[in-house]
Amino acid sequence: MTTTLTAPAEDERTAAVRASLRQVDRRRSRVDRIMQGLVYVAFALAMVPLVWVSWTVVAKGIDRFDVYFLTHSMRGVFGGMDAGGIYHAIVGTVEITLGATIISVPVGIMTAIYLVEYGTGHLARWVTFFVDVMTGIPSIVAGLFAYSLFVVVFGPDVRMGLMGSVALSVLMIPVVVRSTEEMLKLVPNELREASYALGVPKWLTILKVVLRTSVAGIVTGVMLAVARVIGETAPLLVTVGVIDSINFNLFEGRMMTLPVYVYGQYSKGFATCSESAIDCIRTINFDRAWAAALTLILIVMLLNLVARLISRYFAPKLRG
Amino acid sequence: MTSTAPPTARATPARRRRTPRDRGMNRAFRLVSTGSGALILAVLAAVAIFLVARAWPALTTPGAEIAQDVGWFPADASFLSFVGPLVFGTLLAAVLALVMAVPLSIGIALFISHYAPRRLATALGYAVDLLAAIPSVVYGLWGAMTLVGFVGPIWEWLASFLGWIPLFEGPAATPARVMLTAAVVLAVMILPIITAVCREVFLQTPKLHEEAALALGATRWEMIRTAVLPFARSGIVSGAMLGLGRALGETMAVLMILSPGFLYSFAILQAGQQQTIAANIAAQYADAAPIGVSTLIATGLALFVITMAVNMAARAIVARRKDFSGAN
Repeated sequence: MTTTLTAPAEDERTAAVRASLRQVDRRRSRVDRIMQGLVYVAFALAMVPLVWVSWTVVAKGIDRFDVYFLTHSMRGVFGGMDAGGIYHAIVGTVEITLGATIISVPVGIMTAIYLVEYGTGHLARWVTFFVDVMTGIPSIVAGLFAYSLFVVVFGPDVRMGLMGSVALSVLMIPVVVRSTEEMLKLVPNELREASYALGVPKWLTILKVVLRTSVAGIVTGVMLAVARVIGETAPLLVTVGVIDSINFNLFEGRMMTLPVYVYGQYSKGFATCSESAIDCIRTINFDRAWAAALTLILIVMLLNLVARLISRYFAPKLRG
Repeated sequence: MTSTAPPTARATPARRRRTPRDRGMNRAFRLVSTGSGALILAVLAAVAIFLVARAWPALTTPGAEIAQDVGWFPADASFLSFVGPLVFGTLLAAVLALVMAVPLSIGIALFISHYAPRRLATALGYAVDLLAAIPSVVYGLWGAMTLVGFVGPIWEWLASFLGWIPLFEGPAATPARVMLTAAVVLAVMILPIITAVCREVFLQTPKLHEEAALALGATRWEMIRTAVLPFARSGIVSGAMLGLGRALGETMAVLMILSPGFLYSFAILQAGQQQTIAANIAAQYADAAPIGVSTLIATGLALFVITMAVNMAARAIVARRKDFSGAN
C-alpha cells in the first residue's frame, strides 16, 4: 500500500498508527464497563427475591414446623387455638399429584415416542406445535376445564380429588412430552440401527434400547414436572375445594392440598381472641400458612435436587 | 382455533413405509403412540369445547338476569362490559410485569452466557431456575405479607415525585396492595422462563461472529451489541411473549396481593382500581350461583383465547427462526 512512500514518511505513518492503536478510547471503554456493571447488577437483582423469599419462609415457618404440625389435621380446630396441622393437606397433595402423574406419564412418554420414533407429516407437526401451545395454558383454565368435564359427566355437585388430578395432568403432560422428547433425541441412531441389524423388531428396540438408554433423563423430566405442578393452587381451588379433615379417597369428596391450605390459612387472617382466652394466638393462621409454605418449598426443592442428582449420576455417557 | 396456526417445521426423517413387519406388537405399539399424540390434540380441543359449553348460558343470558342471581355482577352491564375491565386489568398487569422482567432477563442471560466464569455459569443457571421452582402461592404469601410492607414507602416516594405521570398518580395506597406490587411479583415469577429462552439463543450465536467482532477491536459490550443481540432478537421476542403468556394466566400472586376494583384505570399506585381475570375467578368462585360459575367460566374462556393467541404467536416466531437462522 505504502510502497511509493519514502522511508522516513513510512516511519511516521507507522508511529501514528501505533499511537492511535494504543490510545484508549475513553468513551467506548466506559460504556463497556457500565454495561458490564449493569449485567452484574441484573443478575444480583434476580438473586434478591430468591434469597429473600427462601429466608422469609424459613424464618417465619420454622417455629411451627414440627412433628405435631405434620401429623395432625385441622379437624375441630377453630379460632386462635394453638393446634392444627397439615396432615390432611399432605395426604391430599400426595394422592392428587400421584393421580396426575399416573395419567400424564404414560400419555407424555408415548407421545414423545410417537414424535421421535414415528412422527412424520402433518399430525406430528400439529402435535409438536400444540404441545408447545399447551405449555402456556393458564393453570386456572385447566382447573375450569376439569370442573366442566366432571360436571358434564357426573352432575353439578361433584367434588373429588380426581378432578384435581385431571386438571394437573393437563398442565403436566406437555412438560413430560417436551423433556422426554429431548432425551429420546439424544439416543444415538447407531444404537437403533445395531438393534435392527440384529433382527429386533421396532417396538422392542424402542422399549429395550431407546427407553433403557434414556431412562435417567426421563425420570428427571418427570420429577421436574411433578415439582412444577405440586405447587399449583388455582386449579385445585376451583376443583377439589377445601376441607378440614382427612380424606384418603381420591374418588369421593373434597380434599385439602398444601398450596390451597397455605392460601386458605392466609385468607382467614388474624384470629379473634377474647381478653380472657389463655392459649389464643392472634397470628396462628399466618403462622400455619408460613409453616405449610415451608413444607411445600422443602418438597419442591427436594424433588428438584433429586432430579438433578439422578440426571447427573445415572445419565448414559453418550460422548465418552 | 386449530386452523389458524401455521404448522411448525421440524426435520422430517425418512417417510415411514408400510412394510410387512408392521403387524402384531409392532403395529399395536405404533398405533398406541400415535394415539397418544392424537390424544393431546383431543385434550386441547376438549378444553375449548367444554369451556364454551359451560360458558354458553352466561354468554346468551342478558346481563340484567345474571345480575339478579349474582351479587357481584353489575346490574346495568352486559357480559362484554363486565369482562372489559377484567381484560384491561389482566393486560395491564402482564405488560407491567413484562416491562420490568425483559431488560432484567436479558441482563441475567448475558451474565450467564457471556460474563460469568465458565465453571460458575451452570450453577448460576440452576439458581435462576430455582426461582421458577418456588410455588406461586408462596410468592403470593411473601408478596402480601412481606413485600407489601417493604415497597410501601417506595411507592409513596414515587407518587410524590413522579405523581404528574398518570401511571404514578397518588395518593399511594397503604398498605401497598396495588397493581405495581402485584406486577413486581409477577415479574419475578416470569424472569426464569424469559431468561431460559434468552440464554439458549445467546449461546447459539455463531462463535465466528463474536470472534470477528472482537478481532475488529470491539469491546465486549460492542461485540454483544453488534453480534449477539441482532442474532438473538427474535429469540428475545418469543421469550418475552412466553413470559407474557405466563403472566396473563397467573392467579395466586395477584389474588393475594391486589385489592380489586373494576375500572379502566392506569393508576397503579392506588388500591381498588383493577382486577385480573384469573384472580377474579379464584376470588368469586367459591360462592357463586350456577349462572355465576358460568359467567366466570366465560371470563376464563376469554383468558384462554388471549393466552393461546400470545403463545401461538411466540411459538410461530420461534419456529420461523429455526428455518432461517442458519445456526443449526
